[in-house]
Amino acid sequence: MSDKNEIDEVTGTATTGHEWDGIKELNTPMPRWWLWTYYITVIWSIGYWIVYPSWPLIDDYVKGIWGTTQRQVVAEQLEVAMQERAVYGERLMNSDLETIRSTPDLLNFAMAGGRASYGDNCAGCHGSGAQGSIGYPNLNDDEWLWGGTLDDIHTTITVGIRSVHEDTRFNDMPAFLRDELLSEEEIEEVSDYVLSLTDNSYRATENGTMLFMDNCAVCHGEDAKGLREFGAPDLTDQIWLFGQDRDAVIDVVSYSRKGVMPTWSGRLDPTTIKALAVYVHSLGGGE
Amino acid sequence: MNDQDYLPRVSGFSKSLVIMALGLGAVLMLIVAGQTSTPAMQVHALIMIVAFLIGIMFTANMGFDSDGKIDAEKSAAGIYYNDKIVKVGVIASVFWGVVGFLVGDVIAWQLSFPDLNFDLPWTNFGRLRPLHTSAVIFAFGGTVLLTTSFYAVQRTCKARLFGEIAPWFVFWGYQLFIVLAASGYVLGITQSKEYAEPEWYVDLWLTIVWVVYLIVFLGTLWRRKEPHIYVANWFFLAFIVTVAMLHVIHNISIPVALVESRSYSIFAGVQGALIQWWYAHNAVGFFLTAGFLAIMYYFMPKRAERPVYSYRLSIVHFWSLIFLYIWAGPHHLHYTALPDWAQNLGMTFSIMLWMPSWGGMINGLMTLSGAWDKLRTDPVLRMMVWSLAFYGMSTFEGPLMSIKAVNGLSHYTDWTIGHVHSGALGWVGYISFAALYCLVPWLWKKKSLYSLKLVNWHLWISTAGIVLYIFSMWVAGVVKGLMWRAYDSLGFLEYSFVESVVVMHWPYIIRAVGGLLYLAGALIMAYNLWKTVHGETEQEPQALADKAVA
Repeated sequence: MSDKNEIDEVTGTATTGHEWDGIKELNTPMPRWWLWTYYITVIWSIGYWIVYPSWPLIDDYVKGIWGTTQRQVVAEQLEVAMQERAVYGERLMNSDLETIRSTPDLLNFAMAGGRASYGDNCAGCHGSGAQGSIGYPNLNDDEWLWGGTLDDIHTTITVGIRSVHEDTRFNDMPAFLRDELLSEEEIEEVSDYVLSLTDNSYRATENGTMLFMDNCAVCHGEDAKGLREFGAPDLTDQIWLFGQDRDAVIDVVSYSRKGVMPTWSGRLDPTTIKALAVYVHSLGGGE
Repeated sequence: MNDQDYLPRVSGFSKSLVIMALGLGAVLMLIVAGQTSTPAMQVHALIMIVAFLIGIMFTANMGFDSDGKIDAEKSAAGIYYNDKIVKVGVIASVFWGVVGFLVGDVIAWQLSFPDLNFDLPWTNFGRLRPLHTSAVIFAFGGTVLLTTSFYAVQRTCKARLFGEIAPWFVFWGYQLFIVLAASGYVLGITQSKEYAEPEWYVDLWLTIVWVVYLIVFLGTLWRRKEPHIYVANWFFLAFIVTVAMLHVIHNISIPVALVESRSYSIFAGVQGALIQWWYAHNAVGFFLTAGFLAIMYYFMPKRAERPVYSYRLSIVHFWSLIFLYIWAGPHHLHYTALPDWAQNLGMTFSIMLWMPSWGGMINGLMTLSGAWDKLRTDPVLRMMVWSLAFYGMSTFEGPLMSIKAVNGLSHYTDWTIGHVHSGALGWVGYISFAALYCLVPWLWKKKSLYSLKLVNWHLWISTAGIVLYIFSMWVAGVVKGLMWRAYDSLGFLEYSFVESVVVMHWPYIIRAVGGLLYLAGALIMAYNLWKTVHGETEQEPQALADKAVA
């Protein structure tokens, strides 16, 4: 090979004497800065292995002389975070909801915690502005299915609705068509009655009124203003959880709708649930 | 050695063997189509039957009228190179590139305007995203690698491609893999492993194709008339061998039934995650880096007409790169259930990988010493230099992001997406385009490209696209990362997750515009190459280039 080594005119460097499809190679030494930077990264890595956990062994691993682990780091950071919140956190834990609401600095703290927790846990269904959407109640208005006092809200968040919690809030409106309790015509009539309560373009028939009294009034009340102990909504306030057009109302009567809200006890700590209750209560409809 | 030894010829025996194998495959697929319970699997079985039947016709027709002799042209070097397959590969590469970029831009707009999901399962982001990644990595990138490796290995070995049916089987078999993968995603068939979504039977098919690819490549190396193996071929070989290993191990799974598409991976939990990122990171390392470095090592010195800068550097950076890359995967799993020691090893190996990666950039760029003036006149060479610049940038950014403290901010944000795309659009894209710009005039025997001016337009439009893309993603990623870790004075999180999503709207729009520019560049290239093939070279390349600069 040596006899074929030629000197490249431009760089003055020898080639290796090989050639492939016209491609030759220069025998330039490796750039020193490149080589030294490479060595430094290797040395740095070896240093890192010495102080931090690194190589695996048969049933263990090299712990490193500093012995730092990420679990320990997280534990320390959580400790610091809890200490930051500690003063207020403990007071929040030990105060009843009404006291929290009437003590300005405590309320301020609860609102901050409630807002943060709401955004990541509740906004997904109830909306980032708590405006709700079809099937998910608006939390800004003053219609409450299960009550709007601090305690009611706190209980709803804790146990959920139709959740896995043993004390969950629960009701069971019949599916009047599917369960063959009413015929399609009867459902249209009773729906027209319900709609006529808030919209005078609908006319209630005598039969529709009677059907309502026989089938619906037991939960929604004879005046249709709802009963909170059953979680039965007020039908006279133009607030419709599943839509206000005739088809939507007929659909609810025919097939019933059973929304689910999860229980947050066990998932959020009791202090956070308190803060959330105070926050939701403050949104506009709190009683 | 006598040229007669390698006169392209196909024997009746090998033809019958291949036809029988394909026929058996078609019968098996007929059984699957009849027995399966899912329509999607039925569609796949039918696609395979059609493909196998076409394969049988294609094979039967090879050398049919000529007593087994294959039509091939004798090159100046006296070798009957198999250039037909490279030509088909060039066309397929351009096609898949355009498809992949188009789907990518569609999903970029979907992220800004979710209504563009159209509430249909087939057009949902979740199905189109793997379609995009597979189309650009495997369909475009993979076809470019097959094509360029088939070209370069023949030229640097002075030997015809090994086998007559085998290379075509590799090429069309790989295209069938792409079609099965892509149609599977849209129909909802996925094993949910990132960059390895195709199900078990498609994985098996790719394994067969890939092993034949290795045989073809090794066989050609074996036939070589040069005493040494050129560096590009080391990189191609490392790419083929390692991808085979990654693919087989990552995809080990147990199908629920032999006629069903569903399977269960043998890896679960944190082991599954580690195997996933060992695979995916080395797909980057060996598919998108080693493979494309091979392209660079052949096309850069050819185009610049200069010797490779340093033989010693190529040896040292090759072996360091392949030794170190394979360890770096765990940096994708910082601060997870993966044990500390594995995370730390992944991080340190990523840091050590910095210089071996840069070795390729230095060797490519310094190959231009004595030819820097060509950058003024040759936009294809300019594209190669851009490519190496992006390669250098993203292989610096990669080790940086693998540092745990940096990763704590960057992980799960769009910074990662920006990083990947500076490598993909800048490095992989540009070196591929440059290779295609070289290959078309060489293969179709044209004096030059149809228009060097259009190459320059392609370069600048797509560079504007890349810049919009990576800057918007840097901003988006850093903002998102900072929002996630912001606390208020009382110790509560400042922002909810959804607030960090809302902020992404404008960066996502800018990113989608960048993608559109990149797609426009690829369309300009497609037009330019098409015109080149149709021989409408109007002026001498030099004159055109001068005009472009002026």
